[in-house]
Amino acid sequence: MMRRIFAIAGAELRIALRNRWILIATSLMVLFSLALTFAGAAPTGALGVDLLTVSVASMTTLSVYLVPLLALLMSFDAIAGEVERGALALVLTYPVSRGELLLGKLVSHLVVLSLAVFLGFGIAGLAAWLAGGVGGESLAALLRLCWSAVVLGASFLAIGYALSATARSSSAAAGLAIGVWILFVVLYDLGLLGALVYDGGGFFTRKLFPLLLAANPADAFRIFNLSGAGKVALASGLAGATNGLPGWAVLLSMFGWPPAVLALARLALKRVEP
Amino acid sequence: MAAAAEGRDDMLDVRNVVKRQGPRETVKDVSLSLRAGERMALLGHNGAGKTTLIRMILGLTRIDGGSISVFGNRPGDGKARRITSYLPESVVFHKSLSGREQLVLFARLAGQPVDGCMPLLERVGLAEAAHRRVGTYSKGMRQRLGLAQVLLGRPRLALLDEPTSGLDPISRHDFYGIVDDMAAQGTAVLVSSHALTELEARTDRIAILRTGRLVAMDSLENLRRRAGLPIRIRVKAAEGHAAEVAGALGGNRMNGCRVELSCLADQKMARLKAITALGDAVADVDLVPPSLEDLYRYYAAGEAGS
Repeated sequence: MMRRIFAIAGAELRIALRNRWILIATSLMVLFSLALTFAGAAPTGALGVDLLTVSVASMTTLSVYLVPLLALLMSFDAIAGEVERGALALVLTYPVSRGELLLGKLVSHLVVLSLAVFLGFGIAGLAAWLAGGVGGESLAALLRLCWSAVVLGASFLAIGYALSATARSSSAAAGLAIGVWILFVVLYDLGLLGALVYDGGGFFTRKLFPLLLAANPADAFRIFNLSGAGKVALASGLAGATNGLPGWAVLLSMFGWPPAVLALARLALKRVEP
Repeated sequence: MAAAAEGRDDMLDVRNVVKRQGPRETVKDVSLSLRAGERMALLGHNGAGKTTLIRMILGLTRIDGGSISVFGNRPGDGKARRITSYLPESVVFHKSLSGREQLVLFARLAGQPVDGCMPLLERVGLAEAAHRRVGTYSKGMRQRLGLAQVLLGRPRLALLDEPTSGLDPISRHDFYGIVDDMAAQGTAVLVSSHALTELEARTDRIAILRTGRLVAMDSLENLRRRAGLPIRIRVKAAEGHAAEVAGALGGNRMNGCRVELSCLADQKMARLKAITALGDAVADVDLVPPSLEDLYRYYAAGEAGS
């Protein structure tokens, strides 16, 4: 089983390398992280935190948009594209299960994503260190940002597979992926904000809002990184919004989404007639 | 004898299989079986149900009636998949992988040793192009790569869906050479095609599908005999004898000196005697047996009267 998963992952990685996905994803992350690190150099004095702390706060906000986008772009074609090319029919005549196929793709896409995230944020950290703005606490925050960004990516990779297995064509899957991205990283927060204003500090604001916020994997990621470490929270100003939110809710959302949606994707894939 | 011809001895046993797509039956009550080492051509027009039948045998498409057994296994079972190989009608491999990398992936999925890949690529004539990306391959080369993956791990049943469409005559010939080798090693081979040419005629049995129904399944000789298609006899009369020849033999007078007759196989000798009896009035005789195309059209287009 493992051998077949790795065979698929290996081939997918090669493809990602050849069609420049690895290059594009990594350079995008490096560029944005470096830009944010140096743009964040200004307010450090005022807040009394080091350069990397501010940079982690900015990079968290960036990741909320960029990581789901990258993950969806990598995954939307994974099933629908193979069905269209007729490749899935051939692969499924080999003794490989649909679950193994899905896991193989997930492994390769996670490798690409990790490479982009660790290199991108790592170089930003290095730059901050060279500028003399790194402390023990901010380094821990950076590391936390890196691995939680990969977990965030896993959620959206799984969502992309589920869409790809449900959509009738590759282009339909692309449309759905864009829709999901806008829904999760833009509309969801706007909706909550609207409800918050309407509610005016009532039950919704105190009890429901923090839980609903944590239920979205993108927001859970944001809370996890911005309200966790004291100084980053200071730099971001998010701490107030999530008062009264139990710590497990954020972790449950972050780690619950990937396996839950992957199981959905597996179910959808079962019904695909290649 | 009868027991040996039935059941476990068959590599493939398809019984009364039905496939519905909406209200339409696209495969209707089809039964066929293949023994080890047997080559069968599955013929039919586009839309006759060939691909659907093959996909049902592979377990890619659900069966709506009847049963299929692949050497005693259900289609799509792990065991059935291990002993079956498949060449889709239009193989679209990933264009960023090289031919060898693509084949290595298949070998790993099949649990076959990876060092068998280069010899296979050599065998299908892709040794030179093995390290080039599939994106640069011609249609014929992609088809050869598809054939190479069919040969992985010596399958016991090979299902080849229109493997030679779009290939030049020499490639088609090579292709059937490889099919013959596979059969010689005991693989049961089912090759689908939308035409009956000399190559398809070289198989052991020919099955013909018409709008989802199996209208014929037999050896070429038996199909010929059963169709009873007329033999055409072209007689060339000596100069000035055309009217005499046409009068004596009947048939159609084509031009100044040619007369065309047709007769069934069992009347052939009698007709020839009548022709030779005319002596010097006849300059030449040509016998044209029914062509493969005539035969195919007879069954596949329903000229037998459906």
